[in-house]
Amino acid sequence: MADAATMSTPIAVTADTDRYWPLRRMAEALAAPLLALAASAVLFSLLLLGLGQSPLEFLELVWRGAFGSWFSLQNTLQRAAPLLLTALCVALPGQLGLVVIGGEAAVVLGGLAATVVALPFVNTSPAIVLPVMALAGMAMGGLWIGITGALRARLGVNETIASLVMAYIGLALFNHLVEGVFRDPASLNKPSTFGIGEDNMLGTVPGLDVHPGTPVGILACILCWVLIYRTSLGFAGRVTGGNPRAAQLQGLPVGRLMILACVLGGACAGLAGTIEVAAQHGRANASLAAGYGYTGILIAFLARFNPLAIMPMAVLLGGLGAAGGLLQRRMGLPDATMQVLQGLIFVSILASETFYGRIAWFQPRGAGK
Amino acid sequence: MSDILETSHAIGVDSPHAIGVEAIDIGKRFGAFHALSGVSMKVRPGTVHGLLGENGAGKSTLVKCLLGYYRADEGSFLVDNHEATIERPADADALGLGMVYQHFTLVPSMTVAENLVMSRRDVPAAIDWRSELNHLADFMRSMPFKVPLHAEAGSLAAGERQKTEIVKQLYLKRRFLVLDEPTSVLTPAEADEMLGLVQELAHSGQVSIVIITHKLKEVAKFVDEVTVLRRGRFAGAGAVRDLGPADLTAMMIGEPHTPAKPERVGNATSDIRLSLNGLRTAEDNGRAGLSIDTLTVRAHEIVGIAGVSGNGQKDLVEVLGGQRPIAAGTMEVDGASYDASRAASQAHGVRVLPEEPLRNGCVPTMTVADNLALRSFDRDGTGKPISWLDRSGMAARATQMIAAFGVRAPSAQVPIGVLSGGNVQRCVLARELDGDVRLLIVANPCFGLDVKAVAETRARIVAARNAGTAVLLISEDLDEILELSDRIVVMHGGHVAAELPAEGADPQEIGRHMLGHA
Repeated sequence: MADAATMSTPIAVTADTDRYWPLRRMAEALAAPLLALAASAVLFSLLLLGLGQSPLEFLELVWRGAFGSWFSLQNTLQRAAPLLLTALCVALPGQLGLVVIGGEAAVVLGGLAATVVALPFVNTSPAIVLPVMALAGMAMGGLWIGITGALRARLGVNETIASLVMAYIGLALFNHLVEGVFRDPASLNKPSTFGIGEDNMLGTVPGLDVHPGTPVGILACILCWVLIYRTSLGFAGRVTGGNPRAAQLQGLPVGRLMILACVLGGACAGLAGTIEVAAQHGRANASLAAGYGYTGILIAFLARFNPLAIMPMAVLLGGLGAAGGLLQRRMGLPDATMQVLQGLIFVSILASETFYGRIAWFQPRGAGK
Repeated sequence: MSDILETSHAIGVDSPHAIGVEAIDIGKRFGAFHALSGVSMKVRPGTVHGLLGENGAGKSTLVKCLLGYYRADEGSFLVDNHEATIERPADADALGLGMVYQHFTLVPSMTVAENLVMSRRDVPAAIDWRSELNHLADFMRSMPFKVPLHAEAGSLAAGERQKTEIVKQLYLKRRFLVLDEPTSVLTPAEADEMLGLVQELAHSGQVSIVIITHKLKEVAKFVDEVTVLRRGRFAGAGAVRDLGPADLTAMMIGEPHTPAKPERVGNATSDIRLSLNGLRTAEDNGRAGLSIDTLTVRAHEIVGIAGVSGNGQKDLVEVLGGQRPIAAGTMEVDGASYDASRAASQAHGVRVLPEEPLRNGCVPTMTVADNLALRSFDRDGTGKPISWLDRSGMAARATQMIAAFGVRAPSAQVPIGVLSGGNVQRCVLARELDGDVRLLIVANPCFGLDVKAVAETRARIVAARNAGTAVLLISEDLDEILELSDRIVVMHGGHVAAELPAEGADPQEIGRHMLGHA
């Protein structure tokens, strides 16, 4: 409107007084999860003391098992690979305000689909097999989480419950298929599909002892960050997540955006399953259901759905997993101890959400209110 | 006055007596921001006291300090002439200070009686409902107005619910009550009735009342004394009979204010911008849907939709905003079928000013700059779709809009949720009026805004009309419709009940159509 500036209404001067606030906002976003981690460390130490164990020894062993040597660091990075992708399966819908917790099913079904689709090609070449696997795994994962998105967008079904129920269905379906039609009769103790063949499996990254899942996961995180924060599609998604009513009033296709975010997130989880098959197991079996989908939820919340923040958090949680064996051997702690620690971290993270906006120092200063 | 005093005798000697409250030199800081400094307010017992000020003037902060939700950094409170320490809500509660909030706090699925009993501090583990109900019936007899004890709170009309909230406070033996913008959700008739009862209650000596309000008409009619705040400071006080609306406005805004009627330029042309034909929507929970045979809005014209709340205006806004499906009929903009999609609204220059802009028109967690870009983030300067955000362009346009519309914000990079209501409204105006606006849909644009923001919003709407925009104004405020419209359409039960030119329109006649007796 041309005459807007010359209107007779009183016009206040805009004071651009708080230039440092974006920095303080970043500090707040860092401080909250760090505080949560510290709080869970204190609680976990109390538990260890109660068990008659030394928290310092625990810390030392975690350090040694996860980051202390070149070998353990590589182990940690490799364990982080599927976590990077399953965390995206939570973070992408999370940016649109959806809490989707069914990534585990997308991982196993993605891995199964990738394996089954690859079987007719096993005698061609990895250059054919691997892309076919990736496409099949991503399509299957995208479909599975996409169903949850569609239920939410079209029928108003709560996406958290839907994704949880779909995860049970997906895992049951996976077991049914692996123990049934797709079973390799030679797999006796551990029902598995036929293998994709050693020759078709992923090697290691040149110069490292890490399979390419880690760089793929990092690349996926960067691409998702760009999608969310630098494209107009991502902007539309963030508007939808921040206020669906406003998004509707702006004519944004709210339902379609929700489904798309779920499909993309599911595709990431499906890719995680694919990489597990192609790099680790060579076939689909119960080893795929290792809880990556659930740890991904924890990581996505730790990262507040920011794909860049997922990277350090996935390494942290991957490290805890990598140190698990050492802890078991040296301190005689049961496997479930790690799950207790993860649970404590998760609860602390959820509680730390109340921290935002509470401390005046982090808030914007100056005019406007 | 004398018969009011007589009623107070009729109520009985054991009824609580009103207490006076005085706030002295109250100061409250949030970090480096002084929300209140040196603010005083004296509420005499048995009076209706108006607490006035623009959005962000500190009214809410002052009453929150008084009720113990915030702790004042400086100053003191006198309650019933005794110094009182109010550090938590329970302290205020013990002193008999209470508040009725803008939003309702009744449990909708419980009856009024259940709501009342439940709100008590000493609810026994097992409730003897027979004796409670007898007690409540006795209590209700002592009240100057009745509310149905056995009705579900959710089934009450807004005015009834507001009365129930007040009754609840009296039931809790509160002797000093703060009402936060009590009439913002009421129809004019309900508002007058409710305020009349409140005034009677105060003058009967049962309770002292503080009303937080923007509406100067209500102040003139129902308030005894006022305290005015401006930007966290005391700006004036006095008896209403000594102060005219001009004095009050001057105190609130701090500068002479002439609510000049915005000048109109140009007349409606034959250029039809919006046309609804045979529009029907499905009925909603047993309530009839929309049934509009024909409605048009032309260029250079403001069409005001008047009606009592709940007669289809909300459905109409939702249909135009793409939030409610059409069962039958057509909606056309510039002669082309319109589906309220983003592509259609961008192609035809359709914009919307929703009510409660922060809730309906903004993303509170995103920055001011992002919110200002909601209409344009996916198009370049020439209107072509773009995949990559033009972040520097968004920031530059935000700076322009902030300057042109006088938005007061610490920076364009703060979340819009931290701005005051008036500044959020300026942002939404800046965004929705940017560029070639051919059709503007406006719904209760001034709901909850202060005097200055109301004047500004209305001036912007008229300026858009003068520049050739077709405006559809849907408002529950009849004064607003009469002030702004060129043509008035009255809705009743989802139908168009009447259509008449605004020039020389008779409010009484419009009122009859609104109630469906014409």
